[in-house]
Amino acid sequence: MGTVPSALKHCLSHQHLLKEQLWISDPAAPPPAALHSGQESQASGLPEYIKIVEVGPRDGLQNEKVIVPTDIKIELINQLSKTGLPAIEVTSFVSSKWVPQMADHKEVMRGIERHPGVQYPVLTPNLQGFNSAIAAGATEVSVFGAASESFTKMNINCSVEESMIKFEEVAKSARNMNIPVRGYVSCALGCPYEGNVAPAKVAEVAKRLYSMGCYEISLGDTIGVGTPGSMKGMLQAVMKEIPVSALAVHCHDTYGQALANILTAIQMGVAVVDSSVAGLGGCPYAKGATGNVATEDVIYMLSGLGIHTGVNLYAVMEAGNFICTALNKKTNSKVAQASFNTGAI
Amino acid sequence: RQVSSAAAGGAFPKRVKVVEVGPRDGLQNEKNIVPTPVKISLINMLSETGLQVIEATSFVSPKWVPQMADHTEVMQGINKVPGISYPVLTPNLKGFQSAVAAGAREVSIFGAASELFTKKNINCSIEESLERFDEVMTAAKAASIPVRGYVSCVLGCPYEGKISPAKVAEVSKKMFSMGCYEISLGDTIGIGTPGSMKEMLTAVMKEVPVGALAVHCHDTYGQALANILVALQMGVSVVDASVAGLGGCPYAQGASGNVATEDLVYMLNGLGIHTGVDLQKLMDTGTFICNALNRRTNSKVSQASCRL
Repeated sequence: MGTVPSALKHCLSHQHLLKEQLWISDPAAPPPAALHSGQESQASGLPEYIKIVEVGPRDGLQNEKVIVPTDIKIELINQLSKTGLPAIEVTSFVSSKWVPQMADHKEVMRGIERHPGVQYPVLTPNLQGFNSAIAAGATEVSVFGAASESFTKMNINCSVEESMIKFEEVAKSARNMNIPVRGYVSCALGCPYEGNVAPAKVAEVAKRLYSMGCYEISLGDTIGVGTPGSMKGMLQAVMKEIPVSALAVHCHDTYGQALANILTAIQMGVAVVDSSVAGLGGCPYAKGATGNVATEDVIYMLSGLGIHTGVNLYAVMEAGNFICTALNKKTNSKVAQASFNTGAI
Repeated sequence: RQVSSAAAGGAFPKRVKVVEVGPRDGLQNEKNIVPTPVKISLINMLSETGLQVIEATSFVSPKWVPQMADHTEVMQGINKVPGISYPVLTPNLKGFQSAVAAGAREVSIFGAASELFTKKNINCSIEESLERFDEVMTAAKAASIPVRGYVSCVLGCPYEGKISPAKVAEVSKKMFSMGCYEISLGDTIGIGTPGSMKEMLTAVMKEVPVGALAVHCHDTYGQALANILVALQMGVSVVDASVAGLGGCPYAQGASGNVATEDLVYMLNGLGIHTGVDLQKLMDTGTFICNALNRRTNSKVSQASCRL
């Protein structure tokens, strides 16, 4: 740019800029240009509404080095419950031997406020975890498959087929109890062990999970290597087997591609996006690299596209600020970085 | 529900020209002053990566931009590789003459789509700023020197807030008519999103052919690659970026600025779009300058490449 102006202090506060650029408002009050923005998104062929699934408390914290005390986890989830987020992944009913961060799963599940209209899914790797989860009050569960044999072997020491059999047990019990099950497919755009993953394999695993009763399949770019090119190829293959309304994308930002990949997905009709407050959760396969895409940055983009999410960006930034302070770390959200440094928030 | 064919990834350009602005826009917005030999090494390393355009320096008064005080030495000291262009900023006729005397063979001029931004930056109106550039254009034409025009604040202004696409189109058209061969549309504070990018480009493309347009996106709100993706989908095939994402944002302390060239090239590679740039050599150059600046890279691709 030109010279750095000395009149910096007269520039608009971040809050003013955001309010003007996007209609960021209370979820309770409809945005002033709601009709216009709905039309705008429709005219562009994009979904009018996108459901954001917040995975910070589970996927995020699970990949943070510092063990977070139970009461902090509960407070984080309670704060997130007030932002308008429709789904918040709470915890994981895995053995604490494998995932120490999630050892307090029962206490967290029992301790959180349950807001009406908000889903609180939990991970259940097998029937034992499922039963534990139900006993602790869970009303929705998730199972994690992968499109890579090597990844499945390294992670849970069995083949993809064997893992599906375990999930079928969970799905069957869940069906009997009217508990919805969400299916994840990891390594959808690449595997840390196998490298390239065939879109056909992703479609096969996704279809298997969908057929066993998962209401939604979240396609995860586990190591963030995907680009709009590979996202498009993968979704085209998966959409031959599963209706797009049952699909979600779970993009990692390890290579900075997440928002571009999410944009590609929503241009193809995907209307559910996973993200993590403050971009919590590094990448276990690339030391020091980032992991989950930040919820704040996703909301910022979707709002700018005139897409309704029902989520209050400021409230999410506050929850992000809370957990980053507790973890003594900087946020991974660029929107939050830009905001907290320009003006009062 | 219809998905428009353009949006769903119809024609992307087959080739994209990456304009590397790290040595100028990047370094200009870094706190630490970089010694001249380091600047020269940086540019020389960039010249080995396959980049075709590397913005070398800025012929402004060192009083305003101390980082660029060594513009003449840098211009004279770098290897000028045949086939690579090394444009320099020239805010006025004096700067232009200095630049040409130092060996520059391409220059850039900076306009803005915001009256307030122009007033705060160079203490005159947009109209007056373009009149100043008229002198540069005349001299450049006489010397057969191509001129690139920048328009700042195309998706928002730190002083005015919202900027109308019509204003951006008006300023772009003026600069194009004056003789700029290319207009680089800059999201100066990184506040744009794919929505506002699309709206702005639609207006500008009514006045300036898309083949003469470039986008210069800042990543201050993490939106840069998504904004660039939309621009590509609309036919833009020239993208500015800064190695290692050098250059913070003067309007948001501690926030990031330029989009990282490595992350851009990674995306373009994944889309099968030809850039001619060697990503590994680019990353090595980013490592070099970050070590020299004693700072971490802003490129996620570079960060990810450090494995356990």
